[in-house]
Amino acid sequence: MEYEIIVVGGGHAGCEASLASARLNHKTLLVTGNIKNIADMPCNPSIGGPAKGILVREIDALGGEMGINTDKSHLQLKMLNTKKGPAVWALRAQADKITYPKEMLKTLNNQENLTIKEAIVDDLLVKDNKVYGVKLESGEEIKSKIVILTTGTYLKADILVGDKRTPGGPHGEKEAKNLSDNLRKLGLTIQRLKTGTPQRIKKSSIDYSVLEREDGDKELRTFSFDTKPMYKIEDQVPCYLTYTNLATHKIIMDNLEKSSMYGGYVRGIGPRYCPSIEDKVVRFKDKERHQLFLEPESLYYDDIYLQGFSTSMPHDIQEEMVHSLKGLEHAEIVKYAYAIEYDAIDPLEMKPSLENKILENLFTAGQINGTSGYEEAAAQGLMAGINASLKLNDKEPLILKRNEAYLGVLIDDLVTKGTKEPYRMLTSRAEYRLLLRHDNADIRLREYGHQIGLIDDTRYQKFQTKLHNIEELTNYLKTNKVYPTEIELFQKLNTSPILDGITLYELLKRPEIKITNLKDLGKIPDKYDDAVLEQVEISIKYAGYIAKEEREAKKLKDLESIKIPENLDYQKVPNLAGEGRQKLDQVKPITLGQASRISGVNPADIAVLSVYLKRLNNESR
Amino acid sequence: MNDTIASIATSLGISAISIIRVSGIDAIKIVNKIFKGKDLESVPSHTIHYGHIKYQEEIIDEVLVTVMRAPKTYTMEDVVEINCHGGISATNKVLEILFLNGIREANPGEFTKRAFLNGRIDLVKAEAVMDLINSETEKERKVAINNLQGNSSNLIRKLRQSLIDIISNIEVNIDYPEYEDIYEVTMKDLEVKILEVKNSLQKIIREAEDGKMIKDGITTAIIGRPNVGKSSLLNRLLESEKAIVTDIPGTTRDIVEGTILISGIKLNIIDTAGIRETSDKVEKIGVKKSLEVLDNADLVLLLLNNNEKLTQEDYELLDKVQDKKAIIVVNKNDLVTKIDLRELKNDNIIYINTIEDNGIDALKEKIKELFNLEKFETSNYNYITNTRQLSKIKECLNIIKDIEIGIQNEIGLDMLEIDLKNIWNTLGSIIGENYDEELLDELFSKFCVGK
Repeated sequence: MEYEIIVVGGGHAGCEASLASARLNHKTLLVTGNIKNIADMPCNPSIGGPAKGILVREIDALGGEMGINTDKSHLQLKMLNTKKGPAVWALRAQADKITYPKEMLKTLNNQENLTIKEAIVDDLLVKDNKVYGVKLESGEEIKSKIVILTTGTYLKADILVGDKRTPGGPHGEKEAKNLSDNLRKLGLTIQRLKTGTPQRIKKSSIDYSVLEREDGDKELRTFSFDTKPMYKIEDQVPCYLTYTNLATHKIIMDNLEKSSMYGGYVRGIGPRYCPSIEDKVVRFKDKERHQLFLEPESLYYDDIYLQGFSTSMPHDIQEEMVHSLKGLEHAEIVKYAYAIEYDAIDPLEMKPSLENKILENLFTAGQINGTSGYEEAAAQGLMAGINASLKLNDKEPLILKRNEAYLGVLIDDLVTKGTKEPYRMLTSRAEYRLLLRHDNADIRLREYGHQIGLIDDTRYQKFQTKLHNIEELTNYLKTNKVYPTEIELFQKLNTSPILDGITLYELLKRPEIKITNLKDLGKIPDKYDDAVLEQVEISIKYAGYIAKEEREAKKLKDLESIKIPENLDYQKVPNLAGEGRQKLDQVKPITLGQASRISGVNPADIAVLSVYLKRLNNESR
Repeated sequence: MNDTIASIATSLGISAISIIRVSGIDAIKIVNKIFKGKDLESVPSHTIHYGHIKYQEEIIDEVLVTVMRAPKTYTMEDVVEINCHGGISATNKVLEILFLNGIREANPGEFTKRAFLNGRIDLVKAEAVMDLINSETEKERKVAINNLQGNSSNLIRKLRQSLIDIISNIEVNIDYPEYEDIYEVTMKDLEVKILEVKNSLQKIIREAEDGKMIKDGITTAIIGRPNVGKSSLLNRLLESEKAIVTDIPGTTRDIVEGTILISGIKLNIIDTAGIRETSDKVEKIGVKKSLEVLDNADLVLLLLNNNEKLTQEDYELLDKVQDKKAIIVVNKNDLVTKIDLRELKNDNIIYINTIEDNGIDALKEKIKELFNLEKFETSNYNYITNTRQLSKIKECLNIIKDIEIGIQNEIGLDMLEIDLKNIWNTLGSIIGENYDEELLDELFSKFCVGK
């Protein structure tokens, strides 16, 4: 049996990659260690949040599955940062850990062109640095034109608890023992990373009466641009807050050496933004308490996730630690916290298309690329699927720019700067966050989704209508005026009167005027839905700032438009500084813009390189 | 960029020795061709050689030639420096001969640009080097060297640190909104921070103006009615110090009549002699011309006649100098006082007598006092003198204005933080520091967040 694309790993990256590939009409095989664990959430039960939530919207705009699947399966939905500007609004869901994978598996099973197989991949089939399939643990060989590795934390995974190191992935699943060694043999650089997860607590053993409760939003929302809300506001499941205290800290400090981390049992590099509780206590000695979140995992089992308490302490110390927490004095630990170490490739060895530079026809996505998080994984999985398909069709890869999508920032960061710790998407990584909003992900990306073929005509038509309505409403606001005589209107709007007639557009620039107020007062035709109103309002209220960022982004465009030949020999470029030359050679940027973002490449190197490229261009003419 | 360039590296007409700098792949070969002395192509690097420059067997100048091979040179290319002793015309002739041998005249700042493109110096240093080249007095050199050593860099670095404190806090508020015990930055905090940054930047600009004064000198206009003694005062001032009389145009389009040094700072005195000639015919034109000069001046010496009552014209001039740094100089104090200055609310009045040289020292003391010149003798020179750097700082002040407007219009904190980051980046570009991981490092070292 021969396939066009084989996806190795059934996590969030693998699901998106195999769906995209199959939907784009390529015969696809998804190989996973355990079908029951497809789209599993081995860590926290939440999807979205600042920056990550926008990634999910972008996945949806391009035609990925994560947004739709979350809408089908969450326990609670909340828009974060609503007190701040629209650029940083972000949806976060508490997903049901049973329903989410179940729904995703249903979608995969119903997908044409997609076959799922339970197996562990041991090696790649390679000839002349070109990948042509995979070899299973059983020795069976399966051929394909392209292989996408989305192995998550399973490459040579070790679970760490105290001084115990046990080979294996999350849930005691079998790890991929040999694949990373074989990748190393094929010339790839392998690095070791670490992450961790906290305890799961038995629901009924928690004293909720002493804890702070956090409910979902009172407004119905969806992640996807195309779904309708499938839940009732009152059915949402709450989260709870608790805090560590000095007693907790004392237990940790007294037993520090027993943790894998401080006992010296950990080799991998962990993320700064996911510190273990022992890390937090050690590094922030002056803090008297650390905030912890109790998040529901599923309606169908008895677990509460204790966010903020990840640790690699032995079990007996974990018991002591948990029982020192308010509300958890009699808590029953269902699953202990652990740290996990795993192998990843060096993302600098990847092209912006996510294809490997050393092995042709090999794509990678998710934690194998050094990232962390379900959303980051899914986003890359989608791009890997898209670009694998484009490659099979002999087309240019889709490379999103930093001013187009968080997805662009994510991949550009990985392939330009590399990462030494698990990479998490953060708002602060995006220099154009005002352009990369939650609300306009479709406007930024749906066109691409349609061109590629993941957004069908029905969905695209709906989007076109939205664009049309936005334009129409904007024109309406620009041409319709309010007059000083409408005294009652100004009173109702709670705004100061005017001397001359002004357009509704001008009126909306006043901070106290909301577009929904104008609609309620009959100043705007009824036909426009909230998404259109929101879009128009943001573009009016923040016009100055949006224009400013667009100007900045334009500056980038010049450098971004200068392409660097893939096979450029940097040894032949005169006058490059030593470090710059080495870094350029390693990263092999595809544009001058990307080159300028490599650390260690200074402005002089870019000037020199631009002169050289210009000369090269002139000579070839 | 591989061609060979040359230009005169010293300021023409000031020093006795002029240096011609040659840089590029053929520098040594070509200079050797016109040099009578040792074979420069075989001498060791970084050595000096005595000899002559010849042209068609004629000796043009007696010279010392320094040979420096790449890469340990200013431009990281082969560099030859020719020290010419024969004055301006001989130096020009040597340069001409170099050009005849296929060397190209360097564009302004091209040596530094090459040094920069070859990766030898960073942007701040490159710009400071340019100032170094142009510096004329000892103090300018100090400013330029300080810049090289990164004093202004330190100043800006401190400001950036103060900015990143608030920026990283706002970012944490955005990325981790659910953490209730992390301090939430308020609009008030932003206002305070903005004021602090604004004050610091304005201080840098003010000090830069001082720095400019060190570099360019104080443009001084002597104005007054005809025959009140303007040129006599000018001559007295010039005589009293070792004057440098040049015909080099000043920073304004006015002709600098002469330059004197007061506490090491140049006083460039603008010629208003022309005014007299025209004023004989139409006095009003004279006044008009004076006013133009006055606009461009850092300091105005308004000359009045002790022996006459104030005229309409005097009043007009007094009115015009109200907003300027001005000294009222009352001449002819040897004659009977007819002038009445009681109504003037001006402390800067000096009585002089240009015929007896009376009061000139007092005038100079007054100038020192007015420009606080004493402080330049003792202070650390820590100014940004470079136009690009200054314009970046002014750009930051403009962004601050945007923020102030944004605060009024109730634009949210996270939006204004984009402006803050812009300021932070702009300041970074002045000292050549980039964005990158700096912010995240700060963020995660200061705030305890994460699952």
